[in-house]
Amino acid sequence: MKALVAVKRVVDANVKVRIKQDNSGVDLTNVKMSINPFCEIAVEEAVRLKEKGIVSEIVVVSVGAKESQEQLRSSMALGGDRAILVETNDEIGALEVAKVLKGIVAEEQPQLILLGKQAIDDDSNQVGQMLSALLGSGQATFASEIQVEAEQVQVVREVDGGLQTVALTLPAVVTADLRLNEPRYVKLPDIMKARKKPLVVKTLADYGVTAGTKLKTVRVENPAERKAGVRVNSVDELVEKLKNEAKVI
Amino acid sequence: MSILVIAEHDNTALNGATLHVVTAAQKMGAEITLLVVGENVTAVAEQAKTVAGVAKVLVADHAVYAHQLAENVSALVVELAKGYRHVLAASTTFGKNILPRVAALLDVSMVTDVIAVESENTFKRAIYAGNAIATVQSDETVIVATVRTTAFDAVANTGGSATVEAVSIVEDAQVSRFVAEQIIKTERPELSAARVVVSGGRGVGSAENYHAVLDPLADKLGAAQGASRAAVDAGFVPNDMQVGQTGKIVAPDLYIAAGISGAIQHLAGMKDSKVIVAINKDEEAPINAVADYWLVGDLNEVVPELTAKI
Repeated sequence: MKALVAVKRVVDANVKVRIKQDNSGVDLTNVKMSINPFCEIAVEEAVRLKEKGIVSEIVVVSVGAKESQEQLRSSMALGGDRAILVETNDEIGALEVAKVLKGIVAEEQPQLILLGKQAIDDDSNQVGQMLSALLGSGQATFASEIQVEAEQVQVVREVDGGLQTVALTLPAVVTADLRLNEPRYVKLPDIMKARKKPLVVKTLADYGVTAGTKLKTVRVENPAERKAGVRVNSVDELVEKLKNEAKVI
Repeated sequence: MSILVIAEHDNTALNGATLHVVTAAQKMGAEITLLVVGENVTAVAEQAKTVAGVAKVLVADHAVYAHQLAENVSALVVELAKGYRHVLAASTTFGKNILPRVAALLDVSMVTDVIAVESENTFKRAIYAGNAIATVQSDETVIVATVRTTAFDAVANTGGSATVEAVSIVEDAQVSRFVAEQIIKTERPELSAARVVVSGGRGVGSAENYHAVLDPLADKLGAAQGASRAAVDAGFVPNDMQVGQTGKIVAPDLYIAAGISGAIQHLAGMKDSKVIVAINKDEEAPINAVADYWLVGDLNEVVPELTAKI
């Protein structure tokens, strides 16, 4: 079966972001960008399913700026077979991304659609669920285990109280949680090979989607600073502070 | 303008998270309706009825909703959403699973994890693991949003006298099926609602040590227990105890972090705690920068001493 994996180019997880002076957003100039960690887990899972002989082809897709090609190339170095970039420099919301992905699904007809559970920039946690809604398919969010059977996929989900297992009819949308797997390191020869794999560039218009979102970001600011703490030198001092100063115990 | 709040419950009791969402809803507008969807939920409906500030309780009681699968519940919510200005739920795995699906079916954008209400359509939310706060304005006809429970107080679960109305709509998408669940039982308070949280990180060393060192302190303080991702990945504790960007967001009165370095992903989950105590061997640990009190020392000695002295 064919698997489709959506990946996003985001600020690297280890970067401490800075807010722009005019409070219009986060300053992304000269900041290290990477593939969103949850997307990497989704790609890895697809590759593992291919290695087990369950998946025959992996198509990786991204919606965003031209530079997202780098993340698609890394996804192909991980094991993706070909890539589609829907290029746009405009601001685009989760719903619009879901609509583009729906168009790609209609074209490619994958049986399994994998995404990360959330992107670490906007922290929305929406696209997978929205795509599944638009497709009318089943969804399994926060997946920590995936088992593909004949006509269905069985997924263990991480929920607040513990774990839940659901079975979905294929085609289905699954979003990856941290514990689904540990993505492999990419080897140099694979990076070289990935350069030769096909990457098609499309536009939003190809999928009948217009840029923009009805959810406008009015302002971005720094979170409230915590007042500087104090170093205590003994447990006695700590207990005294907690009792008399902070009054929390 | 009326508001539909999707109640969270386990078919027997209303989850406290819902009470926080009602407070956020009160800041957005007037009449609040609670939707209780599940199977054999009479007891939950009775509890929902008395929640302060709730005008109406809708009850959808049917076998297709037994495990609150997103496909069936979202289809029901979409049917009911007509006539409501807001559709809200808690920003838990339950709310995050269902509401984006509802939003897409209504063809509207959605707001995740509201931490402050500026007006009925303008909200604050955290982005970049809590390192930036965005003010967002929704121009949609229906505003679909999840609410961060720790950012709003809970309303009382008594004193209300809502009318109860049964909903007969049955939505069965037939694309998903519940197979099993494994709920982790604990005698301790629920992590996201606890007044005190004691958390351990990689520094605790092992599962045995986590419990040997931190359990007595948590017992003494009546605290919930948490962990960093490193501790969960190392198998010290189950993953539902993870505090952070991708785990639970907590804001207790007192958060004690033992053997946690304080990666930004962890800080995103706890830096709104009232008082933070860090116990760490490393003088340079980033956790110290957000701690109100930090003590440099071996947690294996410090924590038992602390337990004995409080």
